[in-house]
Amino acid sequence: MTTTTSRKRLLNGLSDATGGIGDRFRALPKWQRGLAFLAFVAFLYYLPLLGIPGLTWLRTDSIEGGNNWAGVLFVCAVYVLIAIGLNVVIGLAGLLDLGYVGFFAVGAYSVALFGSTQSPVVKALQERFDLPQGWAVAWAICIPIAIAIAMISGVLLGWPTLRLRGDYLAIVTLGFGEIIRIVVRNVSWSGGPHGVAAIPGPEGAPSADNQVFGLIDAKPWYWLALTVVLLLVLAVRRLENSRVGRAWLAVREDEDAAAVMGVYPFKYKLWAFAIGAALGGISGALFASRQGFIEPNQFNAQLSILFVAMVVVGGAGNMAGVALGAFLLAYLPERFRDFAEWRFLVFGLALVLVMLLRPQGLIPSRRRARELKDRAEEVPASV
Amino acid sequence: MNFDELFGHLGQHTVDGLAKGSIYALVALGYTLVYGVLKLINFAHSEVFMVGTFTVVGVWSLLGATDSPPLGTLLLLLAAGLLAAALASGLTAVAVERIAYRRLRRMNAPPLIFLITAIGLSLVMSEAFGLWQGRLVVGIPTVLERDVVFSIGGTDVTNTQIITVVAALVMMAGLDVFINRTRYGRGVRAVAQNPDTAALMGVNKDRVIALIFLLGGLLAGAAALLYALRYGNTRFNVGFLLGLKAFTAAVLGGIGNLRGALLGGLLLGVVEVYAATLTQSNWEDVAAFVVLVVVLLFRPTGLLGESLGRARA
Amino acid sequence: MSDQNPDVTSEETPDLDEIRSSGPVPRQREVLLDVDHVTLRFGGVTALDDVSFSLYRGEILGLIGPNGAGKTTCFNVMTGVYRPTSGAVRFAGQKVTGRKPHQINRMGIARTFQNIRLFPEMTALENVMVGTDSQHHTSVMGALFRLYRKKVKPHELPVVDSTNGAVRIWQQVRLGCAKVFGISRHTLEERAGERKALELLKFVGIVGRANELARNLPYGDQRRLEIARALATEPKLLCLDEPAAGFNPAEKEELNQLIRRIRDLGYTVLLIEHDMRLVMGVTDRIVVLEFGKKIAEGTPAEVRDNPKVIAAYLGEPADAA
Repeated sequence: MTTTTSRKRLLNGLSDATGGIGDRFRALPKWQRGLAFLAFVAFLYYLPLLGIPGLTWLRTDSIEGGNNWAGVLFVCAVYVLIAIGLNVVIGLAGLLDLGYVGFFAVGAYSVALFGSTQSPVVKALQERFDLPQGWAVAWAICIPIAIAIAMISGVLLGWPTLRLRGDYLAIVTLGFGEIIRIVVRNVSWSGGPHGVAAIPGPEGAPSADNQVFGLIDAKPWYWLALTVVLLLVLAVRRLENSRVGRAWLAVREDEDAAAVMGVYPFKYKLWAFAIGAALGGISGALFASRQGFIEPNQFNAQLSILFVAMVVVGGAGNMAGVALGAFLLAYLPERFRDFAEWRFLVFGLALVLVMLLRPQGLIPSRRRARELKDRAEEVPASV
Repeated sequence: MNFDELFGHLGQHTVDGLAKGSIYALVALGYTLVYGVLKLINFAHSEVFMVGTFTVVGVWSLLGATDSPPLGTLLLLLAAGLLAAALASGLTAVAVERIAYRRLRRMNAPPLIFLITAIGLSLVMSEAFGLWQGRLVVGIPTVLERDVVFSIGGTDVTNTQIITVVAALVMMAGLDVFINRTRYGRGVRAVAQNPDTAALMGVNKDRVIALIFLLGGLLAGAAALLYALRYGNTRFNVGFLLGLKAFTAAVLGGIGNLRGALLGGLLLGVVEVYAATLTQSNWEDVAAFVVLVVVLLFRPTGLLGESLGRARA
Repeated sequence: MSDQNPDVTSEETPDLDEIRSSGPVPRQREVLLDVDHVTLRFGGVTALDDVSFSLYRGEILGLIGPNGAGKTTCFNVMTGVYRPTSGAVRFAGQKVTGRKPHQINRMGIARTFQNIRLFPEMTALENVMVGTDSQHHTSVMGALFRLYRKKVKPHELPVVDSTNGAVRIWQQVRLGCAKVFGISRHTLEERAGERKALELLKFVGIVGRANELARNLPYGDQRRLEIARALATEPKLLCLDEPAAGFNPAEKEELNQLIRRIRDLGYTVLLIEHDMRLVMGVTDRIVVLEFGKKIAEGTPAEVRDNPKVIAAYLGEPADAA
């Protein structure tokens, strides 16, 4: 009894603290909010140049004694993008997708297979159309191809499965993620288990001559990813505050009631899936371009689970929350690389603790936080 | 596609599939029990199974198990392994429930929170074993040499296959009797149908839930022993894929339905062995999921339908 | 959401033209919904046994009967939840059976739920706006790119009202852009939906709570919100499933008034209700069900004096009465 009330008080205190800041922010005039947001964006662009010992010094394996801060920031930005995409599916439309890595992989492999001179697909195209040896699809064309293929795969997965109930959807999507990995490992046109190398970036195939998007300096990569993230945050924001976002929430809350009100749940769920898949595809494409090399085992199911964890730890339904969750889950393992053996153990413990002590996530969506508070109060104290 | 091999030895592959599927079925029962009562996916169940396999390793090395020991020692090893693995898995499952799920139930947390907690616990357990036992494959002594007991029409049936299938069927039957014929089982069915009403009628909900976790754990422990006999090794992350398959099996048969779990497990095992034969093992995992999707499309609640409350049907 | 402040409860009557789906309808005997020899069996149980009745445009029809008489089942057949074993339900000449719930809604049937089913984590305003979904023509692409722009009428232009210099300049820039480039169709639709939702909230009398989460509304307001949400779908027929459940007499009287006002706007109303006083007071005609069969049909006065109905409600055998 006493533990229940004290925990309740703790929870209420925590959510009051964050909710208070949020409320105060929302209470500001619109133009002040805009300015604060712009200042924050400027800070984000400055971030890789920031030098705080201990915080921004990150070990790297590629250069002796080098600092991988910008590289880690790039990974963080890619993960934030993933979290925002997955948030559309989980947080807004309420569909539990445990196979999001599949879309990430589809995006990455699309760029790799069409953009790399070493990929079997490009080689086949060269032979078929008598193209020169060095020919490959340009990066700028690879990206829309990646988005399109990811979206199509999202629709193909969603079409049969979105009629299923939530828990079944979880397992089927988990299976989908695995299938993608197994397919690219087993078929010959994807480079098989050895993966694909020489994946191009904005300046073409990776080489020492690249001026901006090189192998060593990750800052331009980070700025590129950050720009993409900001653009897509604005896009998702637009959807959230439209007919589409309302329909997603309504379907999440009560699918049958939404249908009776004239909302076609299947259509909106499919849209959520397709949009989530497209964002996953973009992030995969960015990731592959920066890496220059990918192989099937980078896209395992554990990664899917990490993605879901980012969304839930951050606070499903709230873009700021999921972005923070993604940042933390990408940054902390890098920060504690010296304890590499232990990091997944610690990660698991952290996940459990967050869920037990703060189940609405670090920055709860205001709605979600209230839901949990109210629900906790409904439980009789004697239980 | 190696159709000659598959159809030339269809019986052989079917028997092997049934043996493989029996292990899935036993683990699937754990998922189905928990889902039937709490309506949540106990993602940590795969690690409960993993703990069982390592317990077999520990107990056997404690007893000095060697390859192919005499019959008396063999029986002792099997009994000790079964007992220890079942206990260890059962207690792990109960501990998971006590540490994590009970708190979340008190908070009335949404299912997603349960799932993430379970994923976290699963990570903690497998990583803890990875740190403790190393990340490489750990061998288990072949206490029971594979031996053809009899063959019918060119189909060889080995001793491990018989033990696996018979053990699974016996435990399944025992569980069925327990759920449908005993007082405790009645409590379980009552809670599965309506937890609040059951509580009002004097059923101790927490005890029933602990009981189903214990049951699921015991069965997973038994599956761990059978796994050890069949594969002769284990690894810190052995639970992940097996748990995934077992959950697939549970969904296939109709999650929450005990007989469905058995049927789903056996079917999945057979399908996988067939697919492995046809494609030199490359596509067996894909086949499992394709079967799942196809079945769900035509029967959205699995082959036998769900619900533990109406488990009699 | 816009910057409009919905807390202002002005006394002006709501703009009825905005709410009204079709102009005032002459009270003619035009069949809107036709229940034609519907039988529904669940296994061995016959839930509805050869039930036939019609609903005329512009009337308030009451569907009553003792507990378990099949009222809600009948309702569910009419709204397409169940498919009848035999017989058919036609709405404005089209078959209802076999369509998906959202299609039935778009045919013009809206309903409320006996056990309130709002979207609890959305605000009252958002709940009603979900009902306007079918009136939007732009979807994902429209919301994302907002390219299709329209010249707008003066009253739709953004206002310049700030006293703060910087903000005023910003507002003037927006006004200029809107004048030159027009406003995107998506934005216009979004505003129209919001305006309509606010008017409906005003119509049912809870506009002051527009920005509260549905779950935090008092019980009576949740019932009103459900009615507003159903009206937002621009139905021809509004089906109310026990809207007075849990109401006290004063609230029932208010509901009575509300239903009449809805009818006066030109809607046809089907009312399933337990409370005899409410049904007798508000309906034009009543259909009485018992054990899945229609036992009476007529005006409230006729039904009140029908011995079968009295027997059904007082639990006496019909021939004894």
